[in-house]
Amino acid sequence: MFGYYFDLAMRSLKRNKVLTGLMVLAIAVGIGASMTTLTVMYLLSGDPLPGKSARIYYPQLDPETGADVRKNPADLLDYISAHDLWQSGKADRQTMVVFGSIKLQPGLAGQSPFMADTLATTSDFFPMFDVPFRYGGAWNAADEARGVRQVVISDVLNQRLFGGANSVGRTIVLNGTGVQVVGVLDHWRPRPLFYMLVGARYSGGDTGGYYVRPQDVFLPMPTALDINAGNFGWFSCWGKPDRMDLRNAPCESVGLWVQLDTAAKAAAYRRYLDAYDAQQRALGRLSHPANTRMMSLHEWMAYQNAVPSDVKLQTWLAFGFLLVCLFNTVGLLLAKFLRRSGEIGVRRALGATRGAIFAQCLAEAGVIGLLGGVGGLLLTLLGLWLVRQQPVAYADVVALNVPMLLLTILLAVAASLLAGAFPALRASRVPPALQLKTL
Amino acid sequence: MQIRPILAALRRHRVAAFLIGMEIALACAILCNALFLISARIDTMQVSSGVDEDRLVVVSLDGVDDNAAADLAARLRSGLAGIAGVQSVAVTNAVPFGQQAGEAGFRLRADDPHYDNQGHFYVGGPALPSTLGLQLAEGRWFTPDEFGPISEFLPRSPSIMLDSEYARTLWPGESPLGKTVYAIDKAFRVVGTYRSLLRPNPNPGHTHNTLLLAGIPGKGLASVYVLRTAPGKADQVLQAARALVARVAPAVVVNQDYTDTISGLRRSYFAADRAMAGMLVGVIAALLLVTALGIVGLASFWVQQRRKQIGVRRALGATRGDILRYFQTENFLIVSFGIALGMVLAFGLNLVLMSRYELPRLPLFYLPAGALLLWVLGQLAVLAPALRAAAVPPVVATRSV
Repeated sequence: MFGYYFDLAMRSLKRNKVLTGLMVLAIAVGIGASMTTLTVMYLLSGDPLPGKSARIYYPQLDPETGADVRKNPADLLDYISAHDLWQSGKADRQTMVVFGSIKLQPGLAGQSPFMADTLATTSDFFPMFDVPFRYGGAWNAADEARGVRQVVISDVLNQRLFGGANSVGRTIVLNGTGVQVVGVLDHWRPRPLFYMLVGARYSGGDTGGYYVRPQDVFLPMPTALDINAGNFGWFSCWGKPDRMDLRNAPCESVGLWVQLDTAAKAAAYRRYLDAYDAQQRALGRLSHPANTRMMSLHEWMAYQNAVPSDVKLQTWLAFGFLLVCLFNTVGLLLAKFLRRSGEIGVRRALGATRGAIFAQCLAEAGVIGLLGGVGGLLLTLLGLWLVRQQPVAYADVVALNVPMLLLTILLAVAASLLAGAFPALRASRVPPALQLKTL
Repeated sequence: MQIRPILAALRRHRVAAFLIGMEIALACAILCNALFLISARIDTMQVSSGVDEDRLVVVSLDGVDDNAAADLAARLRSGLAGIAGVQSVAVTNAVPFGQQAGEAGFRLRADDPHYDNQGHFYVGGPALPSTLGLQLAEGRWFTPDEFGPISEFLPRSPSIMLDSEYARTLWPGESPLGKTVYAIDKAFRVVGTYRSLLRPNPNPGHTHNTLLLAGIPGKGLASVYVLRTAPGKADQVLQAARALVARVAPAVVVNQDYTDTISGLRRSYFAADRAMAGMLVGVIAALLLVTALGIVGLASFWVQQRRKQIGVRRALGATRGDILRYFQTENFLIVSFGIALGMVLAFGLNLVLMSRYELPRLPLFYLPAGALLLWVLGQLAVLAPALRAAAVPPVVATRSV
């Protein structure tokens, strides 16, 4: 039966190629626009640490002593608080992060120095965030405390400096100091770069820059403080800092991430954070009213409004656009089906049930949807190609994946069936006698 | 032209007419808001920098060694000044559309513990105002003895200048001259104001909140060089400057992203806004296309369906013009219904966008503009089917099917 309806649908569609083309085009354009933006949304709002993000937390307190008191604590901690909390080892894993950049002198003669983005961090960073290694591994905690001259580099930097070869044991020169490569990362592209998602909430939705790839050089914190003093990114200062002394600067510049495997541990850590804050207040190091926070990674991403507002706006627009296309299709299908009232009347008079007419009309709508879906898929690929040409940090991660591909076809067929349901219902209600009389 | 018979006919097709009306309503809502978003982006992109962008070349350096900074700045200044086509060279900490370098809170009273104001502190060497082409608004420029070495981010200098508009917001109704600005742990006396200098990273809320301090090139002030070039020489100078830095200072890193003409920096700075505006234009074009296709499709169906009635009307004396106008009026009614609904939707959509994306309120003139666009579109789209209807010969009335 379905084969027959399909055949009828194809005949009917062929009868007026231009109008069929218009309907298919309208669906395809609507689907193409929506799926392009939805794919970008999906890629940018996904979980940067699948399976683990619920156990990652971001403790905060207000370390400032100035007259201005923030409603929410600053997005980073001062070094002393971060280091105290980190050193306590109360969490299952804990790591500090400080962003910066450093002058890298390639080993080969004739290559000019360049600036590399750095992350000063601690050895837990890698296991805690499931960072994949291609060669070697992280430095160990004991060496870290001694300020060992070892670094982990990204696959991109390894490609640039060593042509992608195993560079473990090789030396690179950072700010004039030779350091040994102990690990090379494999491809790692968390979206967004969650551990440096600071200040995004102030950016007015312009958060595309938080989707850059990870830093190129990962340094042990004490090593970084030694060899890269003066080159760290500050977030905010409430007093006059000594540029070369991050440890004692009255500035927020350090992020502290902790992994807490159970809810009980999370609650205990929260209490510990409050206790630490109260103790520091009692000691007089902190002076503002207590204002501690501990958000999970998900809460932190929502708090920082990680997904760029342009992307959200585009998604809204695209779905409004799809709605316009659907209204368009419903109107056209309705006109098309009802114009065949005479034919439908004959079929009804010859014994076709209302259900059969309905199914036949719906089959026609489904075929349009399928054609529109294929067209929409091509337009989605075109749309994503256009996004990749855009000057945005996430351009390189934008690509169609299997779930999105299936969703495209599904959305097209579902949309056209939905659009076809009402016209088909109307067509199946055509009174046969009246139509036969007018023939 | 009588409206009543048209309404009577539309009532027989009310569902299809309603659907097209709804399509137009949605299109109207999206159109008005998208047009508004585009114009907002264009406004953002047109912000005036206050400097001669095409003729200014910026060279930005990273990895400058503090201990060698004074020597480096001296060598680079004389080297860059020697390039053919360069009229003057100045050292600064930042330029419009460059990297932000001196954002800080400040206060206007010494006893005020709060840093209520925040602005961008430009720190420039002696040649900066003339190189940028800044114009004096009030007071005077810095005198040579007011330039101080940089210590802890800001120069040890007694004097400061501000953007004249910004100064007016800080001291409404008062002359800023002689007032004091307290920043970090230093106090600076206002000696003058200049006309319009954009901050490095303007956003719609903050554009000209800039201050200017007098610094001696050297430690802490050796990374950004502005070159004023002869007209039409900027590209040549840019290439020559890159080559010169590689030769004179092989140990520093040229920041390629921020080494360009200021007009080039502006292009990069607004690249994302331009892409978004382009995308919105694309959406509008596709939206108008789909809406027009819908109107063409439906009108064509109706014309085919009514061939016999058209023939009868023609046989009874209606002119081709009557038939043509019938379909045009019908379209006008449907589009008007859509527009009426669409204006309400446009307003509602704007409210949603306002609450979610901090957009301003849709100015009301966008509504009639969008309406006019859709009316014209409707009339153009219906023209071909209506002409086909007008061409139906009266003899059709006498045929049975």
